[in-house]
Amino acid sequence: MFFSRIEKVVLGLTVFVAAFFVLPPTAEAMHIMEGYLPIGYCLAWGAVALPFVVIGVIRLRKTIQENRRALILLAMSGAFIFVISSLKIPSVTGSCSHMTGTGLSTILFGVTSTSVLGVIVLVFQAILLAHGGLTTLGANTFSMAIAGPLVTLLLFKAGKALKLNKLVNVFVAVSLGDLFTYCVTAFQLALAHPSETGGVLASLVKFLLVFAPTQIPLTIVEGFLTVLIVIGMESFAKQELAASSYGKVI
Amino acid sequence: MSSQSADPNVDQKERSGKNMKNRTPLVITLIILTVLIMLFPLFLIRGAEFEGSDGAGSEMVDEVSGGEYEPWFDPILETLIGGELPSEMETLFFCIQTGIGVGVIAYCFGYLVARKRYNTSEKTYADELQPSV
Repeated sequence: MFFSRIEKVVLGLTVFVAAFFVLPPTAEAMHIMEGYLPIGYCLAWGAVALPFVVIGVIRLRKTIQENRRALILLAMSGAFIFVISSLKIPSVTGSCSHMTGTGLSTILFGVTSTSVLGVIVLVFQAILLAHGGLTTLGANTFSMAIAGPLVTLLLFKAGKALKLNKLVNVFVAVSLGDLFTYCVTAFQLALAHPSETGGVLASLVKFLLVFAPTQIPLTIVEGFLTVLIVIGMESFAKQELAASSYGKVI
Repeated sequence: MSSQSADPNVDQKERSGKNMKNRTPLVITLIILTVLIMLFPLFLIRGAEFEGSDGAGSEMVDEVSGGEYEPWFDPILETLIGGELPSEMETLFFCIQTGIGVGVIAYCFGYLVARKRYNTSEKTYADELQPSV
């Protein structure tokens, strides 16, 4: 045997990561900008997102009342979204973008609770940073705090059912959920801005090519960071973690 | 409720704490990889401007829909201060956001680490909490 197990893992990971830098350079975006969705779409996405947020508020209150110990994990996953979504990371395309950070709270508290945390961050960024927007709040909430987390949760549950290694499961579920967020953002933009020649579909392909490939390194980083914080929680907050949906049997 | 029966899903290895030690190389590897991925583009395309993504997105909208798209609503802050947010101020706000998040996470981890250290067994902690719930 030439390599030890760890060396093999490291080698595999580096090859995996290196592969993404070969992707063609494109532009990108994160949230949909203020005023870039026609008002009908703003209202429609808001209407889709609202039930999730309302249920989320109810569920969060219930979680806190029933299990005070969950509060510390909740605070941490909320703070995690704050940190992660404020870090602008350079991409190979020559511009900056940032991650969502919603994966952690999804695997700990589920989709609806996550949507509430997501709204808080989005409002903060829309008002103070002119990043994202109040008119596009519904659409951005849907992509970042509902659609992405839904994928994360489904993948995480599937991984649990398949008895996948927990940390690998977290990485895969969070990364792909994050990637899906951008796909949804692309879809939302395409729907509102269909291409003159090819309609919504051509527009979607174009937006997808703009968003997805350059976000892939970022989704990997987000996966890594989430795994790191989960390792920390497993070491120091095992009981709280066991009580959250992370520890529950499917 | 003892910590042993708390979660049947946790396998034996994890429970005995054996896995914890083995994770140190993983943690270090992940941190190094994260830093590498984050910094790699800086060195790959030297001299790039690394502008925010908003501009790129709106350019794309113009390109796809043909002709310039006029946003129908301006960010509230920009309306209030009558112009774009100065980039120094934007940095400040982003730092505040990061600071709040890091502060909360650091506080929580500090609490958790201290709790683990000063509670010789997790079992005692669980029993201690039980009556008050």
